[in-house]
Amino acid sequence: MSARRSFDPMRLGIYLLLILFAMLFLVPVYVMLVSSFKPFAEVQDLSRMWLPPKAPTLESFQAAWFGVPEKGLRGLSLNIFNSLKLTIPATIISSLLGSMNGYILSKWKFRGADLIFALMLFGMFIPYQSILIPLTRVIATIGLGGTIWGLILVHVVYGIPITTLIFRNYYAEVPTEMIEAARIDGAGIFKVYWKVLFPLSMPGFVVVIIWQFTSIWNEFLFAVTILQRPELQPITVALRNLAGSQIKEWNLVMAGTLIAAMPTLIIYIILGRYFIRGLLAGSVKG
Amino acid sequence: MSHARKERWTAFLILLPSIILLGIFVYGFIAWTMRVSLSKWDGITPDYTWVGFENFHRLFSKDIGGVAAIRFRIDLWNTFFFTVLFLLACVGVGMLLAILLDQRIRGEGVFRTVYLFPMSLSFVVTGVVWQWIFSPGTASRPRGVNALLGMMGLEQLQWRWFTSTESIGPFHLALIPVIVAAAWQMTGYTMAMYLAGLRGIPEELREAARVDGATETQVYRRIIMPMLRPITLSALIVLGHISLKIFDLIYTMTGKGPGFVTDVPGIFMFETTFQGNHYAQGAAISIVMLLMVALVVVPYLVTSMRGEVER
Repeated sequence: MSARRSFDPMRLGIYLLLILFAMLFLVPVYVMLVSSFKPFAEVQDLSRMWLPPKAPTLESFQAAWFGVPEKGLRGLSLNIFNSLKLTIPATIISSLLGSMNGYILSKWKFRGADLIFALMLFGMFIPYQSILIPLTRVIATIGLGGTIWGLILVHVVYGIPITTLIFRNYYAEVPTEMIEAARIDGAGIFKVYWKVLFPLSMPGFVVVIIWQFTSIWNEFLFAVTILQRPELQPITVALRNLAGSQIKEWNLVMAGTLIAAMPTLIIYIILGRYFIRGLLAGSVKG
Repeated sequence: MSHARKERWTAFLILLPSIILLGIFVYGFIAWTMRVSLSKWDGITPDYTWVGFENFHRLFSKDIGGVAAIRFRIDLWNTFFFTVLFLLACVGVGMLLAILLDQRIRGEGVFRTVYLFPMSLSFVVTGVVWQWIFSPGTASRPRGVNALLGMMGLEQLQWRWFTSTESIGPFHLALIPVIVAAAWQMTGYTMAMYLAGLRGIPEELREAARVDGATETQVYRRIIMPMLRPITLSALIVLGHISLKIFDLIYTMTGKGPGFVTDVPGIFMFETTFQGNHYAQGAAISIVMLLMVALVVVPYLVTSMRGEVER
């Protein structure tokens, strides 16, 4: 296609369609913003639901973050910190495991390695309901029931398939000659990893860390079954409780959703390129 | 032991912790859940008395299971309609957006970011926001979309949204708002996949077709669409297995709904097991879910692996 500068109704239509879809995709963001910046009195006026706040206020954010003790409302700040305490260790451990596994499964294939890999991958597709009953039992038996460490263990284990998959595909691109060369110099299995693969791994780690951070931060089913105590719950469970409570202050709830969404949203906006790579890697072949 | 053999052992040993963990947490636990589903365990304390397939019969036969069977039947229909419409929306809109974005669009990055950002959110966030958008309110105090329709003077279009008990045959209309929310979240994924696919098609190929006199529509229909077929397959499988096991989104947005209009097996299992303590029954539901997902995923994994070996 050469540069056709003249007016083209077809292209105008394309742009209009793209803009229309963009506006539709942003409707929930609009609703979150206009509701959360209103005081309770205004959000109750349903005829104004779609209108911007008369006088924007941060009081909903303040109440959602710090809580309102006289109404028995716990602040979400606590849950944000719980989510961080859970997500950061689980992300780091599962990424390191995935890196080692991916290294072995791409560069040190032994007989049956592909079968083992396929069996590992199946673990990321199963509905977790089908392992939840034994899981809660075992976590309780080994003394981790109702603790953040129990949930970390769960996320590490069920994170292995996807982290292994992404690293395996990533390391497959590293030329085997580089590894042969290091081996001729007498490097063993660990030294090859440490001297050759690991220094090349940064983009791979960025993709995997973003992926794991986002999925663990956003996860709900494991968190709600394993962590019953409100003061330990991560943000997703707390948000659902806030939205499910009897007296629904929608300004507060919407401020809560923005708070819960902020960390992964910021990562996505800054590092979107890597986020998409993780996304595409999820479809097995990458 | 020879050097090479020793290293092969080391390689295996590095994998061993992961193999053991997944062996227990995936395969061991699935076997354990199957055992529970064949037991009498009903209450807080485990009871592994063997009852055969009784818990499954209760799900599939109204005479034995009563409400459980009625609910499960509705769940399966809901899952079916949810899956079909959700996949159609994601594939259709995703492909459309990708093709539009592939037309050398100024500001492509901005559009892409907007279409894809819902993917970075939790299903819980999506559920809460869309609950507020689609909650119907009352006739005198309409809320959400109903309030918007009222503002535009379109009162006759107001309805009960996800609390509606209307249905067309076995299709509950209350599912529509839930499908909109799910498609809002996942359409960006198919768009990204198709866009990556379109970018992988060499420009020379399109150019050659144009030189041969093909119109732009023909280029898409004859050359590009067939090349995107494997992507559609991957997208259908990834999204399909998500939709078969969907839980968080519907649980936060609507719950089971009046008369189970928005209920799915994931919610049924969760409530039966962890709120009702009917462990054996819950386990049976989860095994049915696992079988449905396996039916979709296992053939895909097998062919992917085969293809890789041949390459």
